[in-house]
Amino acid sequence: MNGKAAAAGMDGDAGSARRRPAVPRLRFEFDPVRTGSPWWMPLAAVFAALAVCAVFIAAGGTDPLAVYKKMLTGAFGTRFGLTETLVKAIPLLLCGIGVSIAYRISFWNIGAEGQFLAGAMAATAVTIYMPDLPAVLALPLMTAAGIAAGGLWGLLTALPRAYFQVNELISSLMLNYIALLLLDYVVFGPWRDPGGLNFPGSPMFTADQSLPAFGSTRLHFGLVFALAAALLYAFTFRHTRWGYELRLIGANPEAARNAGISLNKHLLLVMLASGGLAGLAGMAEVSGVAHRLMYGISPGYGYTAIIVAWIARLHPVGLIVSAFLFGGLIVGGYSVQTLGLPSATSEMLQGAVLFFLIAGAAFGMIRIRRVR
Amino acid sequence: MDLILQIVAAAMSSGTPLLFAVLGGILIERSGIIQLGAEGIMLMGAVTAALLYLRTGSLAAALPAVLAVSAALGLLHAFLTVTLRVNQIVSGLAMTLFGSGLSAFLGRAIAGQPMPGAVPKLDMPVLDGVPVIGVLVAHLDVLTWLSFALVIALHLYIYRTSWGLHLRALGDSPPTADVMGIPVTAFRYGCVIAGTMLIGLGGADLLLVFSPAWIEDMTAGRGWIAVALIIFARWNPLRALLCAYFFGALDALGFRIQLIGSSIPSYFLKMIPYAVTILVLMYLGWRNRGKPSGSPESLGVPYIREQRL
Repeated sequence: MNGKAAAAGMDGDAGSARRRPAVPRLRFEFDPVRTGSPWWMPLAAVFAALAVCAVFIAAGGTDPLAVYKKMLTGAFGTRFGLTETLVKAIPLLLCGIGVSIAYRISFWNIGAEGQFLAGAMAATAVTIYMPDLPAVLALPLMTAAGIAAGGLWGLLTALPRAYFQVNELISSLMLNYIALLLLDYVVFGPWRDPGGLNFPGSPMFTADQSLPAFGSTRLHFGLVFALAAALLYAFTFRHTRWGYELRLIGANPEAARNAGISLNKHLLLVMLASGGLAGLAGMAEVSGVAHRLMYGISPGYGYTAIIVAWIARLHPVGLIVSAFLFGGLIVGGYSVQTLGLPSATSEMLQGAVLFFLIAGAAFGMIRIRRVR
Repeated sequence: MDLILQIVAAAMSSGTPLLFAVLGGILIERSGIIQLGAEGIMLMGAVTAALLYLRTGSLAAALPAVLAVSAALGLLHAFLTVTLRVNQIVSGLAMTLFGSGLSAFLGRAIAGQPMPGAVPKLDMPVLDGVPVIGVLVAHLDVLTWLSFALVIALHLYIYRTSWGLHLRALGDSPPTADVMGIPVTAFRYGCVIAGTMLIGLGGADLLLVFSPAWIEDMTAGRGWIAVALIIFARWNPLRALLCAYFFGALDALGFRIQLIGSSIPSYFLKMIPYAVTILVLMYLGWRNRGKPSGSPESLGVPYIREQRL
């Protein structure tokens, strides 16, 4: 807007600050250079989104406060709700870290959903084609298959981008639909449980093929995978050469290229890791929670993970916190179904949160100044 | 011959929603803004049309409502990307997620209910005797005719008017457009809002003409395919018509193969449009290597007047 005023504002004008003007006037200045936004902005975004969605819920004839209270108690109020929230947070955290790695180098992987499904299907394939393995062999093999399948599904996005300049947003999303159709094919077709009364799902896993649970809860060993992945993610970006190179690519790809870093090689590695984590999430979900592959195995974890990553600003600790919160949102979404609302309520909330989050970050560039 | 005509007719009916969305996308991207919310906008357009049409029974109420809702979404995207200059990709993603959630929420009560009536057709009995054209266009609905008109109007606008020249200047180099005296911000707002209205109309067309009952997530990725088709069509409305019908034909083809009793599971046939989208983009990347793609030069770059170049 006004270059001089902005410059003066940055230096600060301590000398003239004591002279109070007769009528203080507030002026909004736009400073595109300032990109930071206060730490409470994500929280403000969540509350603003709740407020906007309340309007839609009220318009549908339900009391929004009752809905939010139900969601809150459903997700965090009881022991069962809390473990259930943690169970949902596991795939969100793994997929969220996965997409964060890609977003760090500005690679817009929105295919975590497909990579998740690929991992889930590969892990199930192990149980179908090698049914009698003992746990020491079955679980590592399923884990490896899940990671490998997710990573390869990720490569299907990275390779066209690296060698044919195919927009990754489009290709990763198309692959989500292909993975979903593949899942429908196997659970309705060749892998359907013959004794399952036409239920679209694979046969139940044996105890040897299931990840161990903590005590009598539904919380499973996948939590260790997820937290380990978060640690590894933090360590890689802070303390390793590879992490440094990725940070360099993220900050300035041109400079990175000139420094002799191969962008294509890193792109492929990043998508192997990104897809691999989502694939691991898929493996943990079938082996730890559902104990079978079934129709609709993912309530959109891969898409929610995108919001989880953005709300955390790709920060490892933020990822853990936001994965937990959004896990609660999914569980809360289920619990409001007793009030006659669809579970899409939580989807709507997720989209609204993302809107306010990006708008809030942009408002961080606006400075309110008192002018004389 | 008969079979070919049938496929062309099917391609037109499943390609028209795509065509609306691609035309809207072209208008938006020509002004230099990326709009990735097409999927969510189409869903919102479809659910608005379904709700209003079921409640009032009149298309004269439903279609303006669709336009109003999409214009509001367009205004939101324009405010975020042009005024607040947020990341255009993330804003579009948010719109897709919000649109699919909100449409599922709003449409839960009317899921699966058939629409009260079909879109009126423009009957031209004169053409019935004409061999090929007669079969294809003698009894088309008004929305399809509207899409034809829009293709021609948009083509003339972009390539044959001085305003179109301004639009192209805006997408290629906003600083130049600014110096020429073109109101960059207002122009971009206009293009984003108008284009988003077209995308919403595509969703309404999908619901009213192609499959007349609301189903959650009924677009099934068509919004994203439309985004890919913009690249495929090289930001040109006439090519958009061909590309949209090509993808419409793929959609129809899978259905045909299923009808004649092929042993290929239907799931694999449904994958065809998605897989072909990626393959076509790969082919384009290979063919255009080292050459300009036809994309507006400043696509996705927010314009800050005070910024040094």
